[in-house]
Amino acid sequence: MRYSALSIFKNALGGNKDWQPVWREPEPKKKYDVIIAGGGGHGLATAYYLAHEFGVRNIGVIEKSYIGNGNIGRNTTIIRSNYLLEGNTPFYELSLKLWEGLEQDFNFNAMVSQRGVVNLVHTDGQRDAARRRGNAMRMHGVDAEYLDLKTIRDMLPFFDYSNARFPIMGGLIQRRGGTVRHDAVAWGFARGADSYGVDIIQNCEMTGVRREGSKITGVETSKGFIECDKLALSAAGHSSVVAEMAGIKLPIESHVLQAFVSEGLKPFIDTVVTYGAGHFYISQSDKGGLVFGGDIDGYNSYARRGNLATVEHVMEAGVAMIPALSRVKVLRSWGGIMDMSMDGSPIIDKAPLDNLYINAGWCYGGFKATPASGWCYAHLIAKDEPHPVAKFMRLDRFRRGYLIDERGAGAQPNLH
Amino acid sequence: MTSYRLKSGGLIDRDTPLHFTFDGKPMQGFQGDTVASALLAGGQRLMGRSFKYHRPRGPLTAGSAEPNALITVGQNGRTEPNCRATVVELYNGLVGRSQHNWPSLKFDVGEVNSLLSPFIGAGFYYKTFMWPAALWEKLYEPLIRRAAGLGRATFEADPDRYEKSWAHCDLLIIGAGPTGLAAAITAGRAGAQVIICDEQASLGGSLLSDTHEVGGVPAPVFAHDIASELSSMPNVRILTRTTVFGWYDDRMFGAVERVQKHVQEPDPNKPVERLWRIAAKEAILASGAEERPLVFGGNDRPGVMTTDALRTYANRYGVAAGKRVAIFANNSAAYRTAHDLEKLGVDVAAIIDSRSETASYNGKARVIPNARVTSTKGRLGLSGITVNYDGGEEHLSIDALGVSGGWNPVVNLACQRGAKPTWSDEHAAFLPPNAHNGLSAAGAAAGIASLAACLRDGAHQATDALKNININAKPFDAGAVEDDPDHATKPLWYVRESTEKSFVDFQNDVTASDLGLAVTEGYGNVEHTKRYTTTGMATDQGKLSNVNAIGILAEVRNVTPAEVGTTTYRPFYTPVSFGALAGAHKSEHFQPVRRSPLHEWAKKLGAEFVEVGHWYRSSWFPKKGETTWRQSVDREVLAVRNNVGVCDVSTLGKIEVTGPDAATFLDLLYCNGMAKLPVGKARYGLMLREDGFVYDDGTLSRLEENRYFLTTTTAHAAGVMSHMEFCHQTIWPNLDVRFASVSDQWAQIAVAGPKSRELLSSIVDDDISDSAVPFLAARTVTLLGGQLSARLFRISFSGELAYEIAIPASYGEAVADVLMERGEKLGVTPYGTEAMGVMRIEKGHVTHAEINGTVVPADLGMGRMVSNKKTDFIGRAMLNREGTQDPDRVKLVGLKPVDPADDFSVGAHILNKNDTPSTPADQGYVTSTCFSPIIGSRIGLALIKKGPERIGEQIVVWDALKEQYTKAVICDPVFVDPEGEKLHA
Amino acid sequence: MASLIECPHCGARPKEEFTVRGNVERQRPAPDADPDTWFDYVYLRDNPMGRISEHWHHTAGCRRWLIVERDNTDHTVFNVTDAMEAKSKS
Repeated sequence: MRYSALSIFKNALGGNKDWQPVWREPEPKKKYDVIIAGGGGHGLATAYYLAHEFGVRNIGVIEKSYIGNGNIGRNTTIIRSNYLLEGNTPFYELSLKLWEGLEQDFNFNAMVSQRGVVNLVHTDGQRDAARRRGNAMRMHGVDAEYLDLKTIRDMLPFFDYSNARFPIMGGLIQRRGGTVRHDAVAWGFARGADSYGVDIIQNCEMTGVRREGSKITGVETSKGFIECDKLALSAAGHSSVVAEMAGIKLPIESHVLQAFVSEGLKPFIDTVVTYGAGHFYISQSDKGGLVFGGDIDGYNSYARRGNLATVEHVMEAGVAMIPALSRVKVLRSWGGIMDMSMDGSPIIDKAPLDNLYINAGWCYGGFKATPASGWCYAHLIAKDEPHPVAKFMRLDRFRRGYLIDERGAGAQPNLH
Repeated sequence: MTSYRLKSGGLIDRDTPLHFTFDGKPMQGFQGDTVASALLAGGQRLMGRSFKYHRPRGPLTAGSAEPNALITVGQNGRTEPNCRATVVELYNGLVGRSQHNWPSLKFDVGEVNSLLSPFIGAGFYYKTFMWPAALWEKLYEPLIRRAAGLGRATFEADPDRYEKSWAHCDLLIIGAGPTGLAAAITAGRAGAQVIICDEQASLGGSLLSDTHEVGGVPAPVFAHDIASELSSMPNVRILTRTTVFGWYDDRMFGAVERVQKHVQEPDPNKPVERLWRIAAKEAILASGAEERPLVFGGNDRPGVMTTDALRTYANRYGVAAGKRVAIFANNSAAYRTAHDLEKLGVDVAAIIDSRSETASYNGKARVIPNARVTSTKGRLGLSGITVNYDGGEEHLSIDALGVSGGWNPVVNLACQRGAKPTWSDEHAAFLPPNAHNGLSAAGAAAGIASLAACLRDGAHQATDALKNININAKPFDAGAVEDDPDHATKPLWYVRESTEKSFVDFQNDVTASDLGLAVTEGYGNVEHTKRYTTTGMATDQGKLSNVNAIGILAEVRNVTPAEVGTTTYRPFYTPVSFGALAGAHKSEHFQPVRRSPLHEWAKKLGAEFVEVGHWYRSSWFPKKGETTWRQSVDREVLAVRNNVGVCDVSTLGKIEVTGPDAATFLDLLYCNGMAKLPVGKARYGLMLREDGFVYDDGTLSRLEENRYFLTTTTAHAAGVMSHMEFCHQTIWPNLDVRFASVSDQWAQIAVAGPKSRELLSSIVDDDISDSAVPFLAARTVTLLGGQLSARLFRISFSGELAYEIAIPASYGEAVADVLMERGEKLGVTPYGTEAMGVMRIEKGHVTHAEINGTVVPADLGMGRMVSNKKTDFIGRAMLNREGTQDPDRVKLVGLKPVDPADDFSVGAHILNKNDTPSTPADQGYVTSTCFSPIIGSRIGLALIKKGPERIGEQIVVWDALKEQYTKAVICDPVFVDPEGEKLHA
Repeated sequence: MASLIECPHCGARPKEEFTVRGNVERQRPAPDADPDTWFDYVYLRDNPMGRISEHWHHTAGCRRWLIVERDNTDHTVFNVTDAMEAKSKS
């Protein structure tokens, strides 16, 4: 059912009784051309673009709980393409462009809101790094501006400019960055995919992979065995666990990242702002809650919850950046499991098997990548060759020494 | 305005009247009131507006789950939005303001949203605001943002203090109602270390609202007596006004104590809030139960509240919420409220029971079985209800309605670590999970309804918990307890006959029909429903609404509540301020400060300081008449190049390494050969990470056969130490080597320039001629006639004849003073990190601007330093990869503008002369630049593809951010004294 | 993680005093091991769900590297030993 001004009007008069389910709840078929393991943002986007762009229709998305239960449903909703390296910038810019046209494309309002992303800098070194990054973006035609202190101050007047331990010096802004209503992304892609006949099968846990030699024949699930021509893993957070079912070991460690929301407040923070002197970033949702977070807890974890020390670090940085937050109350904290890769960048590639595909290693940056990840993964699955903007995100880059290491932190996942 | 204060009774102090304002209107209450009870007493039922439809709202509860009565309290930097009026303790001079309305609480234009509700039901925004596309960000979203939020945050800094504390105990008791008190007194008398926390100002919980007798005295008196005994016990710590908000790993709990939120003028010597981290051996969750509202048409009018709230306002605060009230319930326990109200002289019109089998009632009120309230009347407050029973309808004129849909055990903390609560048909509620893990739910939190049973359970759970840690306790016996015998309840999830809006989540205006719509549209999974309708996402986090929503979903989907299941319980139990969680770590105290032993020396010479990590380093030393930093820095550079300068380099990491295997160990650590370094010599060293990329650089000096001294960069001082410990303890444990960080033990001074030897000779007793102390010599010397022992290194970052001298830290300032004094006639000049930076760039020396975690030694022109003789060192294996040896990698070179007047900056990229900008065309980037007073122009270091093969090539330094596109020439990175003659002078 | 870690040298200490490095099963290969073995050591991780052993550094305490055996699904800690002593024994 297409949403339009007319459909809204007619339904309102009719007591809103005629709306249809946004997706079907099918039982799995015996066989699919492509099985996508994981009904999160990336999996659903992949299904949607496979159907919408690449003409593949016989697709089953299997999800062990409800769709959108993974990181698409527990992130801080930020989109941006302010990346430094050749392996990343064009990919994330494609993603941002897809975000910009997404709602019209899938007829679902995900509230893409380009209110800008500001990275504050506090030292000469940070300023230099911000400039290098900004110029790398401009090289690719991505918008970036360096703002001096006065401009930052006019823009964010209630930040600490007088007693800060690390005074704000300026900042890099990408005005096209912003936020998106995260759950709506999962639902929009699911609805879109479903409209092409993609089967979205919830409460269907993959428990094993059947493999004959180097060929995958299908997956064992809690709803029985399902055959497939191609198996596409899309279970970031748990990539190692699902890859292990197919006998593949990944350059990934799972870590917990916490995020937070405050009570509703009248909007006063219009942009997304990241602090340079501590691990803290913040934006304010269209409902009025401050949505914020910091660094990963730092230990390998599959538990979707973190610890109090990290909570305190985040709040300390928050109050250091915006003293007025002191009397604002935080409402809820939660945790998500991140695929932390060995260079901080993701993997979209074929596994060293005939028909297994891997989409993994998104660290804490997977949300903004959702449309491009779906698009490029669909391209890879449909054509068996990488999309040009994802050509560096290969699995063998670690072995070959072509790392995409934005932070220069090296092969230790909890430092990225 | 009529007073709703009862003539007598309650736990308020009627001799202590308190004055406050609400929306500017003077109001009065008593010591012991909350803002809500005082407002109700003054006839002010309207306290807030709902989020979406701006419906007029009054308090629904008398406690911390309140979704409606949110107000802003305080002024200026103490302004606190979204305070629950039902828990804010009244104090003299309190300034309260309503929020989320315009122009006023009474006449709120936002109320028109109610009329639009057919268009703006659950999830409406996902289906609309898309046409035309351009209008979303220009029109629709700004409108939505204007309507967003509840209270308004202040922009002013908070004037108050916060602090953090750790606490350890045998038994933590969360909640000091009957269950918690029985547990605490049991454990306290057994001598256990006990912490008991309660969110309220005094211990007692529901006992404070109760009229039953416990142990022969009224419940509040019983609570007071137990509290007195507890406070006399040295092994019991009582934390009132303290909310345990989270259960973290192990038995660690987070709690926040509101130390001074209830006073007019906080004592500046005390914090306003204190964060507790409580490490308990065992814990008891005695958090009680929360009464569920009922879902029926118009159930949100001010005057409708839970029966517990009605009873609490009456019994505890001496306030009747109405002159004529009714009770609407699906259970027997709610009858006691009618009973209590009647006893206080309040007219109870009816008890409307949804069940056919009602409870026995011996009061005046009429009991109507099989009945439901279907709608309510009254614009800003309740004036009447319509009751539907036996197929007929009856209108009752009342001004307060107590509603009761049963009780939800407060299981939140028990479920925060992922365990799910279990549905019980018998209790018509979710009970805490069975998993124990150190936290036992007791009393009402475990689904127990009767007061006597709660007291018994608290005592027994405490005894059992203490048994786990080998403490014997005897369960407390409260004696005779008056009790309600009948706690029967029969779920009534919503009233089907209602046509008006029936609210489930009050604050977010989620109605029963919104939940139905969610199911129709396929969002029937409880998590989808929550996210689609926002039910349970308001400031009360669904404390009152979630179970009702689950019940409604179960009915609509035709499954059991158990099958629907709950959403996830997470911290914080109730909202916690940023201030409390940040504690003292704010403003200039956000992070610790490290000062060099020469900080005071630099300060008295007028240094400007710059933050470098936690350090403050002297960056330049302005002289009178100098108006820009560049003037100072140029002067300092020229002074060093031509004369002599002194610089504080104490922040470098310093590690002393000893032992027979020290040489072997260091050889494994550095990528260049170190084993053959002779005693008395220093050598530049490069450490790699195991992935082959450069980690850090510094010097290694061999002071004795088995004693080395190494330096690291300031940034990696701690990291290198941990790395060495890792390598020794986990990879090569059999090597006999010891090391210790001595970064803080030595002050280190660079003395640089042609006259540095002359200057140093004036304080060093030993012969330091070129033959005695040649380039790269490292040795121990004595200073000032044998007064001090020091270490002298002939190393140079500036490229001049230079030394670094290390002095025991506490003598650093004195020695620096002597150097300045004795150097005066030589024209000695203190210089800072800026001048040092200029000189190292002139000399082509790298720092972390170049060692950025993505370069291998060859990228820095140090490929030949990497030993090909050693069979092993950290990073060796990964250096041989295709990518790390790719000839196309960026490599270190120098840059000079073609026109010496031109400028460029760090962070600019490099483009070939005639290329258009694009990511593939990008040739590299500028890592460091400075104005060189020696060269007379800007110079820079850069990492450029195939750089060293392109010396002499003209390129463009491309800086789109600055709109600066500078023609420059690639050159050797060493700009000054490439032959090193000065160094060896 | 347990909020308090039982350091074999210092006793129960807050988790925040420690730095986590990662999986301990991996042994540094011999210098002449083949490139695949090295690649596996530096870059690949088993990353299983459940019981794992990790290298932790008591950074703000005794500065010893420890082996912490724990469950990464619920953060229970089973055992903490000194890494060097374990290695010397093996």
